[in-house]
Amino acid sequence: MASKDKSSKDKNPDESTSEVQAADVVLDTAGGMLEPSLVPVSSQSGDTGHRQGSLLRRIVMGNGFVSVLAVIVALFLGGLLIASTDGDVAETSSYLFARPTDFLLATWEAMTESYVALFQGSVFNPRQGFQPLLETLTVATPLICAGLGVALAFRAGLFNIGAQGQIIISATLAAYVGFTWHLPFGLHLLLVIVMGVLGGAAWGAIVGILKARTGAHEVIVTIMLNYVALFLLDFLLNTAAFRRPGDNSPISPRLDETATYPVLIPGSRLHLGFLVAVLLTYGVWWMLNRSTIGFEFRAVGANLVAARTAGVKVPRATILVMAFAGALAAFGGVAQVAGTEKVLTGGVAAQIGFDAITVALLGRSTPWGTFFAGLLFGAFRAGAVQMQIQTGTPIDIVLVVQSLIVLFIAAPPLIRSIFRLEPKKKSKTPKVAPQAAVANATGGAK
Amino acid sequence: MSATSTAPKAGAGAPAPTAALRPSLKVPISLSVLSLVALVFFGLLGPGKTAEMKISDPGDAVEVPALMIPGQVGGMVLAILLFAMAAYAIYLWTRGERSPKWLPIVFAVVFVFALLVWIVAGARQPSISLAGLVAGSVTLAVPLVFGSLSGVLCERVGVVNIAIEGQLLGGAFTAALVATVTGSPYVGLIAAAAAGAAVSMVLAVFSIKYLVNQIIVGVVLNVLVSGLTGFLFGTVMVPNKAQFNTPGRLDILPIPFLSDIPIIGPILFEQSIAGYLMYVAVAVVWFGLFKTRWGLRVRAVGEHPQAADTLGINVNATRFWNVTLGGAIAGIGGAVFTLVTIDSFTKEISGGRGFIALAALIFGRWNPIGAFLASLLFGFAYNLQSILGIIGTPVPSQFMAMLPYLVTIFAVAGLVGRSRPPAASGIPYVKG
Repeated sequence: MASKDKSSKDKNPDESTSEVQAADVVLDTAGGMLEPSLVPVSSQSGDTGHRQGSLLRRIVMGNGFVSVLAVIVALFLGGLLIASTDGDVAETSSYLFARPTDFLLATWEAMTESYVALFQGSVFNPRQGFQPLLETLTVATPLICAGLGVALAFRAGLFNIGAQGQIIISATLAAYVGFTWHLPFGLHLLLVIVMGVLGGAAWGAIVGILKARTGAHEVIVTIMLNYVALFLLDFLLNTAAFRRPGDNSPISPRLDETATYPVLIPGSRLHLGFLVAVLLTYGVWWMLNRSTIGFEFRAVGANLVAARTAGVKVPRATILVMAFAGALAAFGGVAQVAGTEKVLTGGVAAQIGFDAITVALLGRSTPWGTFFAGLLFGAFRAGAVQMQIQTGTPIDIVLVVQSLIVLFIAAPPLIRSIFRLEPKKKSKTPKVAPQAAVANATGGAK
Repeated sequence: MSATSTAPKAGAGAPAPTAALRPSLKVPISLSVLSLVALVFFGLLGPGKTAEMKISDPGDAVEVPALMIPGQVGGMVLAILLFAMAAYAIYLWTRGERSPKWLPIVFAVVFVFALLVWIVAGARQPSISLAGLVAGSVTLAVPLVFGSLSGVLCERVGVVNIAIEGQLLGGAFTAALVATVTGSPYVGLIAAAAAGAAVSMVLAVFSIKYLVNQIIVGVVLNVLVSGLTGFLFGTVMVPNKAQFNTPGRLDILPIPFLSDIPIIGPILFEQSIAGYLMYVAVAVVWFGLFKTRWGLRVRAVGEHPQAADTLGINVNATRFWNVTLGGAIAGIGGAVFTLVTIDSFTKEISGGRGFIALAALIFGRWNPIGAFLASLLFGFAYNLQSILGIIGTPVPSQFMAMLPYLVTIFAVAGLVGRSRPPAASGIPYVKG
């Protein structure tokens, strides 16, 4: 596919330098190198027009720029929502036509007040300096890990909605090892990580095995396993083995000091788990782009029939990719109990597993894209707490903004039409035609 | 070349087609395993107490004596009955025949009954009102039925609807808001349908016009609706509950005389308008899909859009309006939360029922009646879970809560086998 793209480009007479082409390819696949991943297939939405034209237009049309615009539009719409329920705005709207400036001013204030609070809670404020940024990184750590798990499965054409369950299972196992076994520093933490990751991998592998052996749809199985994990944790937290001695509330003892990630910067909650997440991001990038198994995963995701014909063992790939996805999400669960929370509660996974899906989508299923998307959503999560305290804006606004971002990014034509960035149709049509024909031919061959 | 090579193949491979046609062993094996579980747990290890199952409440027009079932003996008898059915499935398999459709359903009913006897006889207070249990199950199943019908309509036309949860939640919120503001729950019900349709239209526009992956849009829509309703609940409803969140309830409209029949009276003839609508919707969707020209077109679009397009059916328009209709139905289901079950909206009131509806639709094999029966089963599980807490059982409530989800996994993987969705489900259609 990629080679076809390139060859068709080379034939274009008004195509500029090959450097720009390379930049374009990197933009499109962002480290994917070979093939736009499964998710970008949908997000490209049949629009290949942005590959042509001047350098400026190319930058403007590039997916990176669209992503930034999507974030801006989503934040703006979220701001309108905040303003629409604001008391001052409602008051000034009653005399909108007499003094429209009052209304606009009130709207602007309602929007900025919330977002300034969000920024102060997530990046910088005069009182604490950059302390909030460290909190953002802490919150982002499990999001990145789980997001990588979701993204990896996406690349193999599987929808891993089950990060939530994988996090719960791994957190449970990791915490159990953390507070019942008493081992020296280093070994203890290692065992906590290993047990947690094995648990998550097993929970993910169940899905892969069922999919490979019986054809059970992974979306259904992962959703169901999320609930099973949730109730299992609820049950365990009500048993003597998991409860604090002499306490009836469903909360585990604190993990041993030897079982937790060391804090990186004193005075914050930022722990070693963040560096682990960075390493994992690199590891997933390496696996997808440099290893045989990663190539097989992508082949299965891009075209299952072709992959099977080429000798990829699809059932094996399915099971493996789900186990890896579960293991990655499990690192998020370990980061929660061994890093951030240090205890096991019923809400240990919060909404991380579900946020991870939007993180992976925003990151276009590429490892580094997921990493930065995780940072962004970590900032939203960390800042929203501060925002709710300062301005009373409910935390749910974060969900609205997150989902709007993903919707806009998923449909670039929508963003382009909002900003009138459409490429000139007349010059575009003949160039696109051959590519469309190629796509049709391959579609027909199936 | 092809003629010569195919002839010997056909001769040599003669037994192959029959082997391929031989039905899968999954049903006989699953039934046998479950029968064994029933025999061991419900029969041999069954509780000694006698389970009392009240069929009518004292003071009903028709009084029926309660069923008294001794735990262990009852469990044995039911297990033997289950074994008989498993044996029948095996017998059919040896003759190369498929098990009839009714067999797993009857098996499931008997198995659930055996489970019930086991649980009730083992409880601290071994008595349960069967009528109340069944009526409660149907009440809890109503939103599930609407939700799964929405899923059936969408998937049959080739659009995967993961957004059922969002449609239910949107319907629930809008119903509460509009019913309070207008003072009429009936207006709220209509508004809920409109809200569900609106959520669905977003799904339709993104998946049909912008060709975005349907599962992604569904997942994101769920988050969006959850965020929107949560935000508006916090900023609008919480500060002014009386003004915005006191919708009142839909009246229960009993049909005289018929509603006095034990067990089936309350579930069929003593419902709110939404409950009656549910039965009508199941019947209409089934009839529409399988007996009308419209249904044939819908299924054609879901199975082979190219063929449908060739015959002059507007594929994308058919998809768009079906998805919208599905959303409206799910929206009505959402209204049940705030206008029937309780009379106010709370955050996340749908609590994952949309996903259970999705499971019911798959369990019911993309068929309206199957989805209806599966929804009833899940409604029963929900209800059982809350009743168990009251009568006190040795089984931890969390495991009962897990049951519908485990059953679904089991069904998707085992009993249902390779569940076959409509062929074009999830695949956008690009003309040309």
